[in-house]
Amino acid sequence: MLQFLIRRTFGAVLILILISAITYFMFFAIPQDPATLACGKNCTPDALAIVRRNLGTDQPVYLQYWHYVVGIVMGRVQGGSHCPAPCLGISFANGQNVWDTILDRFPLTLSLMIGGAAVFLVVGLGAGMLAAYKKGTLVDKVFSGGSLVLSSFQIYFLGPLVMLALVFSTGWLDKPSYTPFTENPVQWFTGLLIPWAVMATIFTAQYTRMSRSSMIEQLQEEHVRAARAKGMSAKYVFFRYAWRGSLIPIITILGIDIGALFGGGIVTEVTFDLAGVGRLARDSVIQKDLPTTLGVMLFSSAFILLCNIVVDACYALIDPRVRLS
Amino acid sequence: MTTLTKPEGAPVPTSSDPFLSVRDLNVRFSTEGGIVKAVNGLSFELERGKTLGIVGESGSGKSVTNLSILGLHAPETTTVEGEIWVDGQDVTDLSRKELEGLRGNKIAMIFQDALTALSPYYTVGRQIAEPYRKHTGASKSEARARAIEMLGKVGIPDPKNRVDDYPHQFSGGMRQRAMIAMSLVCNPSLLIADEPTTALDVTVQAQILDLLKDLQQEFGSAIILITHDLGVVANTADDILVMYAGRAVERGTTREVLKSPQHPYTWGLLSSMPGLTGDVDEPLRPIPGSPPSLLNPPSGCPFHPRCEFVDLVGGDRCSGERPALPAGRGSACHLTAEQKRQVFIEKIQPRLG
Amino acid sequence: MSENKTTTAVTDKAAPAEGRPLLEVKGLTKHFPIYGGFPFKRQVGAVQAVDGVTLDVFPGESLGLVGESGCGKSTTGRMLTRLLEPTGGTITYDGRDITHAGRKELAPIRSEIQMIFQDPYASLNPRQTVGKIISGPMEINGINPPGGREARVRELLETVGLNPEHYNRFPHEFSGGQRQRIGVARALALEPKLIIADEPVSALDVSIQAQVVNLLQELQRERGIAFVFIAHDLSIVRHFSQRVAVMYLGKVVEIADRDTLYEGPRHPYTHALLSAVPETDIDAQKRERIRLVGDVPSPIMPPSGCRFRTRCWKAQDKCATEEPPLVQISGNKPGHLTACHFPEDPTTAAADRKEDVVMDPALQALEKDVKHA
Repeated sequence: MLQFLIRRTFGAVLILILISAITYFMFFAIPQDPATLACGKNCTPDALAIVRRNLGTDQPVYLQYWHYVVGIVMGRVQGGSHCPAPCLGISFANGQNVWDTILDRFPLTLSLMIGGAAVFLVVGLGAGMLAAYKKGTLVDKVFSGGSLVLSSFQIYFLGPLVMLALVFSTGWLDKPSYTPFTENPVQWFTGLLIPWAVMATIFTAQYTRMSRSSMIEQLQEEHVRAARAKGMSAKYVFFRYAWRGSLIPIITILGIDIGALFGGGIVTEVTFDLAGVGRLARDSVIQKDLPTTLGVMLFSSAFILLCNIVVDACYALIDPRVRLS
Repeated sequence: MTTLTKPEGAPVPTSSDPFLSVRDLNVRFSTEGGIVKAVNGLSFELERGKTLGIVGESGSGKSVTNLSILGLHAPETTTVEGEIWVDGQDVTDLSRKELEGLRGNKIAMIFQDALTALSPYYTVGRQIAEPYRKHTGASKSEARARAIEMLGKVGIPDPKNRVDDYPHQFSGGMRQRAMIAMSLVCNPSLLIADEPTTALDVTVQAQILDLLKDLQQEFGSAIILITHDLGVVANTADDILVMYAGRAVERGTTREVLKSPQHPYTWGLLSSMPGLTGDVDEPLRPIPGSPPSLLNPPSGCPFHPRCEFVDLVGGDRCSGERPALPAGRGSACHLTAEQKRQVFIEKIQPRLG
Repeated sequence: MSENKTTTAVTDKAAPAEGRPLLEVKGLTKHFPIYGGFPFKRQVGAVQAVDGVTLDVFPGESLGLVGESGCGKSTTGRMLTRLLEPTGGTITYDGRDITHAGRKELAPIRSEIQMIFQDPYASLNPRQTVGKIISGPMEINGINPPGGREARVRELLETVGLNPEHYNRFPHEFSGGQRQRIGVARALALEPKLIIADEPVSALDVSIQAQVVNLLQELQRERGIAFVFIAHDLSIVRHFSQRVAVMYLGKVVEIADRDTLYEGPRHPYTHALLSAVPETDIDAQKRERIRLVGDVPSPIMPPSGCRFRTRCWKAQDKCATEEPPLVQISGNKPGHLTACHFPEDPTTAAADRKEDVVMDPALQALEKDVKHA
């Protein structure tokens, strides 16, 4: 297990270096000088040079990149002030420390992801299992058909629709907003309820279908029949024998979906006007704010890689045949 | 008593009745292609402590029969008609709960491939202990001790440690032993072994078959041994039932069926298998054609399209009229007893060498 | 690489048939590497699937290769057809060394050595018609028989007992036995001199097995095709093969002509195998009863010395330290080679053995109880 973690972490770091390098050099391929932007309208060549020196853009690209990487590990002095490790640089747009900005925004995004995932996993897996248990009955058909309809919705379509119905017309719920969990758990919950539901809807359908088919497949396994032949009850066999096996393909897909969930976060945040990491990414790209774009990119990559390591470790928890090495 | 609810005409079993009695069993599945007539009018009996070998090829209905004895068929697509009396109870009448109390307890099953029949997710010990706890109400530690005892009995070395292994950590032969331990953990009076050695190597097969025989002596279980291999039943079974296309075609003691077989299908099986002795230059005598589809079984005698003795019967009798299998020793074939004897001695026996 | 010969000493070749062998195999070895380790993956071991197999196949003869799972018989077969690259040893076909021959060098030989596979469902492309499947080898090798390929395919279909009209059908329209016949027709398409048949009937129903065995036997006799018949079923191998080699854990432990091997085997493993075969003739002369212990050991860490020693009732210290060579031991006829330090008497009758050999502890314990009771 330890070997596995070390090896995977090592691999993740390599991937992150690659991602940062690609993003960094791609940014400089764009014929747009960040210093000009930062300098503003009434810019003199002297002022521009000062801005350049402050931003570090007067140095060769590879050196800039090197300083950047060193900064992440050890911290650096930039723009006259100290930026402690992990230093993702100072925003071109507003002069803020990028790492602090991301940390500031991340709880909202994490809340969105965890809440959304919780909703679609509980509802999706539950509905799928129920449909598999009642295979061929009306319940199965309603769930299967319903999931097909739901899967064709989009967040930016469903979001405003739900807002219109539940917030603006009826006033049953407040407009989505973010309150930190530590401050007020109830408000945290009610404020994010609509985004969770909308985000989860799209995923729920997929997980319902997957859970159903995976469960049906497992129920036909010989060991499930053998467990029945031992006299174990249908329910026991369903939950202890079949369910466990059915999780393996679901976890595989979940690992892939974590990226999509992060991406879904951007759309969700924009749709519901919530200031999370997704919004930050979008805004920074529009403002050509390299440090922020790069920072968000690296941060989210690291997060997704971490989630994937956790997912892989889950295989070993579920299936003793999987050895992590 | 559940017997009171039976329709009229069903005899109430008495203590002298055999331990297992299957009467006029019919099993049908509905599939996309139509209705599969998997088992048709099957009747057989088995006494305590005896072994019945059910022999047939794939699609002969031999495995389905046994799933229906345990009530393990998929209820939504399968219909089971007929009676299955186990120790004075008709299991087709039992509620789901009563059936669960019977399975793994009084009736246990050994599956063909232990690799797929043992769950990969739980330790061998847990899987053996599970039915013991359920049926005897034993505590966790008692059940574990019992699992260790059973593993030792079936010849797993170092059972105290191996009890915590997962099935994939066992070799093929050991897994099959673990499965046998699992099936015997509650001292079942009936053990259904469905191709228990087909997935194993010959030397391991010999070990496992002997083990089953020896364990039967100790546990006194009746065994139904389902196999496609006449050689396997020859050394293990007391009686043999030969099945073809969902029907029993011949029945008798092992000696009767192997030494003076009566049904052309049994003849075909025997003469298509080479032995370790006998003339090698003589070509084998295969049964022509292939087994029929159970979606649309042949009319009359199901074997008639592949039978070389249809002409001896004459007329359209073989394709028009289904021969019945008499109770006790006998075969479902229109040939007269004299013809059967004569054909076997003159034509079949010389082929067997 | 080809110099990497193993140490198996062969002092006397099995040479019952006349003339030069069609296929000569010397010290054939296949090791599949296992990777692992930390922090960087490297080869940490090898599955020694085949380890120094030496045998000859003569023109027109059928050599049986028997053994249990993991004995390397299928791997050997795949190396003979060069579907697998040998790790060591040499394969000589018709005087030419083909051990590491490249695609071009192999091309003319490929048509002469054909393979029949175990699984008739998996070895036929489901999207091709039977005609296309059977004519495939001719197409690849650019062979245009007189009368055209289609006529040739129809002829082949007839040879293997299928209806030539079924030329345009797809594999799923056939039963298992018929599919195996298609596989046979494909192997015959190039008029091979040698067919490697890897468990050709073990996936088939009993009543169908005999049909395919008869077909192969007929072809072998009429066309003089040499066969390497790989199977785990000793009865079928006996029926089909003039000579039989018994393999255990990647090595040939005994090789002899049919009658000698089945009636006068010397290697304890051959005795155990024969004793384990379930026979239908309940009145036949009783065979000795030998019940081994456990399963075949892992080919990753095979036992030292004689590989069978861990399950052998005659094993002594010498067996662990010294590997017995495959030779004509004293008392053997020429051509009967046995790799054993302490061979058995050449008989399999129960009467010739004082006591059953029961190595299995569970059987020992249960049978002691029964005897005492």
